[in-house]
Amino acid sequence: MSSPSVSLPLSAAEVLDREFLEIRAKLLQLAASLDRFDRGDGSVAGDERYELIRRGLDILRDASPEKAEQIQRLFSRDYDDNWQANLKMPLAE
Amino acid sequence: MYYFDPHIHMVSRVTDDYETLAKMGCVALSEPAFWAGFDRGSVDGFRDYFRQLTEFEPKRAGWYGMAHYTWLCINAKEAENVELSREVIAMIPEFLDRPGVLGIGEIGLNKNTRNEAIIFQEHIDLAMRTNEQILIHTPHLEDKYMGTRMILDMLTDDSRIERSRVLVDHVEEHTVRMVLDEGFWCGMTLYPVSKCTPERAVDMVEMYGPERMLVNSAGDWGPSKPTAVPDFILAMRLRGHPESLIRKVVFDNPFEFFSQSRNFHFTPPELTEPAEA
Repeated sequence: MSSPSVSLPLSAAEVLDREFLEIRAKLLQLAASLDRFDRGDGSVAGDERYELIRRGLDILRDASPEKAEQIQRLFSRDYDDNWQANLKMPLAE
Repeated sequence: MYYFDPHIHMVSRVTDDYETLAKMGCVALSEPAFWAGFDRGSVDGFRDYFRQLTEFEPKRAGWYGMAHYTWLCINAKEAENVELSREVIAMIPEFLDRPGVLGIGEIGLNKNTRNEAIIFQEHIDLAMRTNEQILIHTPHLEDKYMGTRMILDMLTDDSRIERSRVLVDHVEEHTVRMVLDEGFWCGMTLYPVSKCTPERAVDMVEMYGPERMLVNSAGDWGPSKPTAVPDFILAMRLRGHPESLIRKVVFDNPFEFFSQSRNFHFTPPELTEPAEA
């Protein structure tokens, strides 16, 4: 029931022109964060959050569309179809 | 361009913010009841809060020529105290006929618990019995997807609900489609770290169209920006979108949604400007 989409008034090349430096800066920020993991004592290799970050980077490299939605789902708890019964909701009892 | 901020917590802001909002083109705002940063201890604490929302905040907004509207509830964080929640729900009707009260909100879920869901349903029942509109808070971060689906389950299970009178707020890329597809209105909240940036909000308008979409600042006592809606307006302009599309999202849509409330009386500025001599 969502309404018709609205065309992005910019071409892909125009988007790249506008956002290249911003994306470059974000990549550097991300790279520096990952470097800090390496320079800090110990390891985060077994940390679930680190694994989520690695999987997020894989999504960015993938060619599939709607990457923002995929990243959101990656960092979300899954839906439990039986939540009303599991929570013993009054109407489900 | 003038605009409407449909979700902002002005009790947490200073009077200078009202002045800034007016200077930025805000002509009206709506303020849902929310968590004060601590759990209140009694129903009288909420009664005083509702007086602030219905008496003093409209006055402060009026000092700068803005209209102030509000929504009443006990929020999801405090819903774990079921006994207090039921006392508050029983007290809310004292305020429902006050000028500017648009309905019940922001109700919803926080950590998707049983008590939160029960109190959410009891708020819904109150709204149905009193014929009020509903404004809904969806959870943050990792709990948003599950919580939004739980909320939609409860809404769509209740045959009394008129979907065009319900606004589901804080949607993001993974929840916007399901809310629109079920026929509800949706709000995008511009919190850059935990919710949505102006640029991503523009993306969602482009991907899903402008119908039943609102954008808000949800400015409150935490890190937030009361002037986030003008940031969205600028982001839309920089993409090359027409003024008519921008106006639809920041003014026409909230005006249309709120017009369904019996306590919403607002005249758009172009109809109140004095005629030229």
